[in-house]
Amino acid sequence: MNAPVKIETTLKDWETDQEVRWCPGCGDYAILKAVQRTLPQLGSDPANTVFISGIGCSSRFPYYIESYGFHTIHGRAPAVATGVKLANPDLDVWLVTGDGDGLSIGGNHMMHVLRRNVNMQIMLFNNEIYGLTKGQYSPTSREGTRTPTSPIGSVDHPANPCAFALGSGARFVGRGIDVSKNLPDVLKAAHAHQGAAFVEIFQNCIVYNKDVFDAFAAPKGAEGQQLWLADGEPMLFDKGEKGLAFDAENLHFTVVDVVDGDWQAAGVRVHNVKNRVMAHLLAELPFGAFPMPLGVLYDDPAPTYESAVIAEREASVSGKEPNLAKLLSGGQTWTVDGTAADPV
Amino acid sequence: MATQAPPASNTPLTETPDAIVVRFAGDSGDGMQLTGGQFTLSTALAGNDLATFPDFPAEIRAPQGTLFGVSAFQINFGSRQINTAGDAPDVLVAMNPAALKVNLPALKPGGLVIVDTGEFTKRNLDKAKYDANPLDDDTLAPFDVLAFDISARTLEAVEPFGLGKKDGLRCKNMWTLGLALWMFDRPRQPLHDWLNKKFAKAPDIAAANIAALDAGHAYGETAELSGPLKQVNLPPVPSDPGLYRTITGAEAISLGLVAGGQLAELPLFFGGYPITPASAILHHLARLKEFGVTTFQAEDEIAAVCAAIGASYAGQLGVTSSSGPGIALKTEALGLGIMTELPLVVVNSQRGGPSTGLPTKTEQSDLYQAVYGRNGDAPMPVIAARSPGDAFEVAIEACRMAVKYMTPVMLLTDGYIANAAEPWKVPDPDGFEPFPAKFLTEPRGEVLEPYKRNENGSRPWIKPGTPGMMHRIGGIEKDATTGNISYDPANHQLMTDTRRDKIANIPVPDQEVAFGKTTGKLAVVGWGSTYGPIKQAVRRSIDKGCSVSHIHIRHIWPLPKNLGELLSGFDRVLVPEMNTGQLKTVLRDQLLVEAESLTKTSGQPFQIAELEEAICAYFDGVPGNEGGEVRANEQQLPSPVESE
Repeated sequence: MNAPVKIETTLKDWETDQEVRWCPGCGDYAILKAVQRTLPQLGSDPANTVFISGIGCSSRFPYYIESYGFHTIHGRAPAVATGVKLANPDLDVWLVTGDGDGLSIGGNHMMHVLRRNVNMQIMLFNNEIYGLTKGQYSPTSREGTRTPTSPIGSVDHPANPCAFALGSGARFVGRGIDVSKNLPDVLKAAHAHQGAAFVEIFQNCIVYNKDVFDAFAAPKGAEGQQLWLADGEPMLFDKGEKGLAFDAENLHFTVVDVVDGDWQAAGVRVHNVKNRVMAHLLAELPFGAFPMPLGVLYDDPAPTYESAVIAEREASVSGKEPNLAKLLSGGQTWTVDGTAADPV
Repeated sequence: MATQAPPASNTPLTETPDAIVVRFAGDSGDGMQLTGGQFTLSTALAGNDLATFPDFPAEIRAPQGTLFGVSAFQINFGSRQINTAGDAPDVLVAMNPAALKVNLPALKPGGLVIVDTGEFTKRNLDKAKYDANPLDDDTLAPFDVLAFDISARTLEAVEPFGLGKKDGLRCKNMWTLGLALWMFDRPRQPLHDWLNKKFAKAPDIAAANIAALDAGHAYGETAELSGPLKQVNLPPVPSDPGLYRTITGAEAISLGLVAGGQLAELPLFFGGYPITPASAILHHLARLKEFGVTTFQAEDEIAAVCAAIGASYAGQLGVTSSSGPGIALKTEALGLGIMTELPLVVVNSQRGGPSTGLPTKTEQSDLYQAVYGRNGDAPMPVIAARSPGDAFEVAIEACRMAVKYMTPVMLLTDGYIANAAEPWKVPDPDGFEPFPAKFLTEPRGEVLEPYKRNENGSRPWIKPGTPGMMHRIGGIEKDATTGNISYDPANHQLMTDTRRDKIANIPVPDQEVAFGKTTGKLAVVGWGSTYGPIKQAVRRSIDKGCSVSHIHIRHIWPLPKNLGELLSGFDRVLVPEMNTGQLKTVLRDQLLVEAESLTKTSGQPFQIAELEEAICAYFDGVPGNEGGEVRANEQQLPSPVESE
């Protein structure tokens, strides 16, 4: 694979002439802007960038980014993207999906793109609802969610996208919020990661699941409810007055008060993005008793799928000439000379 | 089967016939497919023409000795052209009571049955549901019988190599093969070489197998002195001079896809998911990486086709393959391929259906699925292979159409073609017409128009990574030139018509008559693997004075433009198919022709005799065909599955 050539672009260069058709106020607008802001900072080349999506509100995304784009079918974007990367590993692929597309109909493909570790950025817009089909509960909807298909409240247990990703073998797991100013940093970290980088983005569906994340996403009181993780930094929140300590005996986190900024005295743990066990605990940290962990939960690269496929191909073809005539006449052959057959 | 079958009163092996049918049958663990495969090779090396029919259970190792665990391999070979694996065997090798029970009804009266008495124990007879030992009563009276203890003789032969009884008995198939080699006067050296190579890491096993093979061969001479066994030497078939090999349909398709990729000057991307009987193509291609082939074993059928579409989008030739149930799963993605107008080759190795159906048996029942089976008006070309060798050309043709017309193409083959072997004259690749793919790298006007078509009705292929050509495609209806999302009613009408016409107007070669005259009383129209039996049945009927011709269709969608006119030259049209009449429906729909059906869905290929009988029924009163009767020795015999 060639090293990507960085080129200079502006946010405008990444806008298409297509009218954006999300509902006014949809969180998708904020994510679109965050991505269009991030791409110039990454030095991305629109000609070398491909946005691939499935079906749903989120999956209209490629139409609004001035790069190559493929709006595929429901749930199958990871499979299409895998074919794209195997055919041309130099392309910079962004996958756009949602909680229904990526975890319900496409859960299988999501699992396999993660465990194979195909090099791409995967943005899963989680709004805990089916938007485009008008508001049915999704695999991430909380129990009791009232929708047209669950008029007295849903009884399904919700899936946790980050825990699913880790369980599938993802080597990068991050979390962001549509309107958060930190979202570009999470996307940049995902882009820097070589391999499948999974980012769950809490996205506000203002029509069918309005403000469902307000408990931690609302600007007011956010500091007390959002734990922004940084590698090598203590896990502090609420203006540094609280932190997460680890109860080694019972193998869980506890919230501790930090007095006068002395987080070490309070036993606050330092975040290590390569600690897979901690990443699991952070992904499953129950919100309410704990803040919502955001940022990069886990980042520990491993060889990518396409590099392994290429290496295997190079090893198996070395010294072999692609001779079609020889291939066709392979195996045991005989020649017919005139009317009699002579074994050879 | 023989053009002129030997008279029923004669035992086939007492005189030298021009073709012989041998069926090896045993337990699915007895190595019958291996025995058959090696016997096929030795037959090919002897210069005989041949056709084979492997018939095995879906279970990998069904319980030993049971009726449903019987695996068989039939080969028809001769000193003349062979088109089918033969109706009824002349020789049946039955390795146990179950194999005898399942296969005996197929054996030709007066045929030779070779049985291993060592396996005719009370226990095995019970498992085969024999009340009495058929070797002791008159069950085998209509046949010549060679019954002896193959198991014991094998153990004797391998005794010096210190194998235990279990491992020793595993050499039984080689002992049997040795006997078969003697019967047909074949050299043993190629088998010795093969065994030494196969067991290079276990020289003792190789030596034991060779000893078993040699012992079986030596036994032949002894048996000839006192029993019904006669050595038969079939002279080689006169054929076109050239280099030959044996090939199965799965191999031929794999090689055709590789050749297609080379001719298109594109790397080949093959997305597959294991399924019987299609997996063999994935197996073959996985070993051909030096030809620019990437194989991807996906997590499911859907991912396999989607990855292939992704690869085509990125500029490779995407191919996916499956059998009916898997094709059903891929169907939504085929719609995406049709909508985004990307090249894609889809191979369907058909099997018995519906649902899981008969995974290891053959059928042609996915024609509706191929032609009509997608949501929306979603046309794609459909072509069908008629034999293992033909599958090579058809695979190249599928690649050509996909690239030239920017469309998914469905290639229909079936379990019979996939597994059956036939001699194949190795083609010279220099004779193939290249069809290099072209990518659009610059806008053709002031603006980029990804859906503006060329003279073939094809949109341009634009690879991501091309500077200045960024655009978006997808499954939503798109504007006829810009490719942007369009919900405009007139545009959808235009695009639907355009997609239909693009496929309908693909030029396909004029339909020719496979055998017989271009006009007459009856046209027998087939497609796919029925080619061999139809051709032979038509040939025999013509010999009897019937005015009948064989027409075999490769291009099912779109149909050849001249087909309607060609069929109008016949009074009646008969369509034999291994389904309930699917091509018949397409012909009636497209040509308003009164096509009549002859259908069979037993999981077994048509026999020549049953087709001949159906043809003859149209010709009562033709001299030599009084009452449309079929000669006694060629009447349809129950197939193994039906008799079970």
